[in-house]
Amino acid sequence: MAKSLSGLVVTGLAACAFATAAEARTLHWASAADSLTLDPHSQNERPTHRISHQLYDTLVYRDLELALQPRLATDWYPREDDPSVWVFELREGVTFHEGQALTAEDVVFSLERAMHENSDMRGLLTSISEVRAAGDYTVEIVTDGPNPLLPNNLSNLFIMDSGWAAEHDVETPQDFASGEESYAVRNANGTGPFELVSREQDTRTEMVRNDDYWGRDQYPMEVSRQVFQPIESSATRVAALLSGEIDMILDAPVQDIARLREAEGIKVEQAPQNRTIFLGMHQGRETLRNSETDGNPFADERVRRALYHAINAEAIRRSVMRGNSQPAGIIMPPFVNGYTEALDERLPYDPEAARELLADAGYPEGFDVTLHCPNDRYINDEEICEAVTGLLGRVGIDVNLVAQPKSVHFAELQRGEYDFYMLGWGVPTLDSEYVFNYLLHTSEGNRGSWNFTGYSNERVDELIQAMGREVNTEARNGLIAEAWEIVQDDVVYLPLHHQVLSWAMREEIQHPVQSENNPYMHHVEFSD
Amino acid sequence: MTAFIIRRLLQALLVMAVVALVAFSLFRYVGDPVHNMLGQEATQQDRAELRAALGLDDPVPVQFLRFVGNALQGDFGISYRAAQPVSTLIAERLPATLELALTSALFAVVLGIGLGIYTALRRGGWLSRAVMTFSLIGISLPTFLIGIVLIYVFSVELGWFRAFGRGETVLLWGWWESALLTPSGLASLVLPAITLGLFQLTLIMRLVRAEMLEVLRTDYIKFARARGLPDRVVHFGHALRNTLVPVITIIGLQTGTIIAFAIITETVFQWPGVGRLFITAIRFVDIPVMSAYLVLIAFLFVAINLIVDLLYYAVDPRLRVSDGG
Repeated sequence: MAKSLSGLVVTGLAACAFATAAEARTLHWASAADSLTLDPHSQNERPTHRISHQLYDTLVYRDLELALQPRLATDWYPREDDPSVWVFELREGVTFHEGQALTAEDVVFSLERAMHENSDMRGLLTSISEVRAAGDYTVEIVTDGPNPLLPNNLSNLFIMDSGWAAEHDVETPQDFASGEESYAVRNANGTGPFELVSREQDTRTEMVRNDDYWGRDQYPMEVSRQVFQPIESSATRVAALLSGEIDMILDAPVQDIARLREAEGIKVEQAPQNRTIFLGMHQGRETLRNSETDGNPFADERVRRALYHAINAEAIRRSVMRGNSQPAGIIMPPFVNGYTEALDERLPYDPEAARELLADAGYPEGFDVTLHCPNDRYINDEEICEAVTGLLGRVGIDVNLVAQPKSVHFAELQRGEYDFYMLGWGVPTLDSEYVFNYLLHTSEGNRGSWNFTGYSNERVDELIQAMGREVNTEARNGLIAEAWEIVQDDVVYLPLHHQVLSWAMREEIQHPVQSENNPYMHHVEFSD
Repeated sequence: MTAFIIRRLLQALLVMAVVALVAFSLFRYVGDPVHNMLGQEATQQDRAELRAALGLDDPVPVQFLRFVGNALQGDFGISYRAAQPVSTLIAERLPATLELALTSALFAVVLGIGLGIYTALRRGGWLSRAVMTFSLIGISLPTFLIGIVLIYVFSVELGWFRAFGRGETVLLWGWWESALLTPSGLASLVLPAITLGLFQLTLIMRLVRAEMLEVLRTDYIKFARARGLPDRVVHFGHALRNTLVPVITIIGLQTGTIIAFAIITETVFQWPGVGRLFITAIRFVDIPVMSAYLVLIAFLFVAINLIVDLLYYAVDPRLRVSDGG
């Protein structure tokens, strides 16, 4: 027994030494969730895109500062004679991993593939009516009416080889719902900076550097091989980093950040995430569903304002988030178009003012309400709601907290069963219109599909619809500013904070946090 | 004997049917898989279409009958999350769980019986007392805590073993992915096997010790000693043999428990087995996987119970007499 144990110890040590010395340019990284499929158009989901970004290229992409940058497209502009046509000039001399040359046909094919009904990406492409090749290296995208934001929607739209797709019978995206298992689910032929070596779902994805990458001289490309392994348990994720088996983790748990900062050879990088956490209140209905109170207190703007005054976001940041959040006055993160610091200014924490407002509105004794929260979706979501419950209790509002798994929370939210709920929202297009469209437009048809507040304001609806049509940037930004002013004044939502992303990694790895939570391993430099 | 087996098989079938029904109806209330399957941009219409495509709009009895009908043909449907047949997913993950479970069972049985005998025979010795005290820790600490402590001590601080995953695997017989034959596989196995087996070890040890002490007090042991038989024969030939009946029961039942409760250990160590498949499925409301897993575990318990009952026959002659008479 003793002999075999020591044998194991030696092999264990040897394995560690091997990993650090002989292959210094291999990067092992981990996060909580794995990609769902390698088919780049099947699922519109961050962990899935994260892996696709290593293997495939997009036309344009968000760099480390979230600026839109050329990738397979070198230039893009609306056609002068027809503003509803976007022209994309493609990079020449790009080849796929298996050697096929990239042409405009591949781009047309990929966009059409992503608009197929099996594709979860088609929601971002609804304004497109036609995609056509206008030359070997020019693609024209026709939209129904001018769409100034079209390129923003393409930053996670990956380009496949049409010939490869035909050869392997994957010309349509994997039909996820019916459980189709296509060749593209476990194989990839992109133009991206890394090539797929092996893939075991939920366990391990190994990729090697594409030495023929078009951007070989443009990016550091110091990582020659990368291995991604999902690790669900956060304690284990941290332990794997500390023990040296993993070089970088994307979701460092808040409670371990201080410890990781002090650990030798480890550093923590942080940046605001593209996600704001806030509370919604149903202000449209006559009476609340889960309350003893007559009528609907939330219908009164003074009550909503009172709740806002009663919530101490700074205390939540300090005690619940351990400093790892940024209190918010508006429900969009700082880098979204339309954001200003003035808008992000919170109403002061003032329980006295809150009590006065409640008394004015006819609730001197407060009222009771049920708050619905997820307990496994956002960072410390349940704890935040507990803190809110306590804070509102101090001004006389009796909150009954119901915290549930996200699968239950969001299903009930979408059935419109909540009076008072927590939600977090990210803005992939980095433009206010996205927030307005989903969260603030009157809920009807395709608009307002996540507006469960019953809020409906004719002027705001007009402004939102105008935003989609206005091509002049200045005029458009005017519409956005006016809409925000109305909405902020009406206190439609109660903003809490912008989530902060925390990546922990070995000290020699140089890669700032990308706020979409997308590491680009070809950007990594080693400082040793 | 045949009548006995048939009776037990019928009972087993009934248990399976009840488990399937309960599991199935329970999982209808754990949430809505559709939200997790579509991005935040999806419209209500997309959701409704997907729900209809998955058959989630049908009445629960219809869904259940469909499930049972397919399950009888070995078809547990398609995982909502991985978009692959559930039977394939489980077949891929089962070797990992079985290797972990059997290693930890072996660890628990060998050490458990060994230490049990030792502590019974050397009741007053300091080592026995130390082992008994230590075993209290094994019984009282929760599994995840043991796992995390082991990871911090042996992986983070000492760097001896791997903190997560299964290491490299080799393919045996063309379908069984085994990690028992690679150095990294073995280095990955040690901590989870100890974590999973510790509770069982202490249980078996305490049981063997108690039974052994009991048996050592009986008359036939006294007679054996009086006849001048050597200690070795008395202890191992007579005493141990007679302590084994309850021990076999416990080991049998615990093997089932080990596989079923590997969930926590697999989660802590990111072990790619069926337990973690189940946990991920819960988070994603992957109903086909959850149902299949529960049916599988129920089947395992039923099968083990059956085997244990049959083993009684083999070990304890009294049962044969009463059945025949």
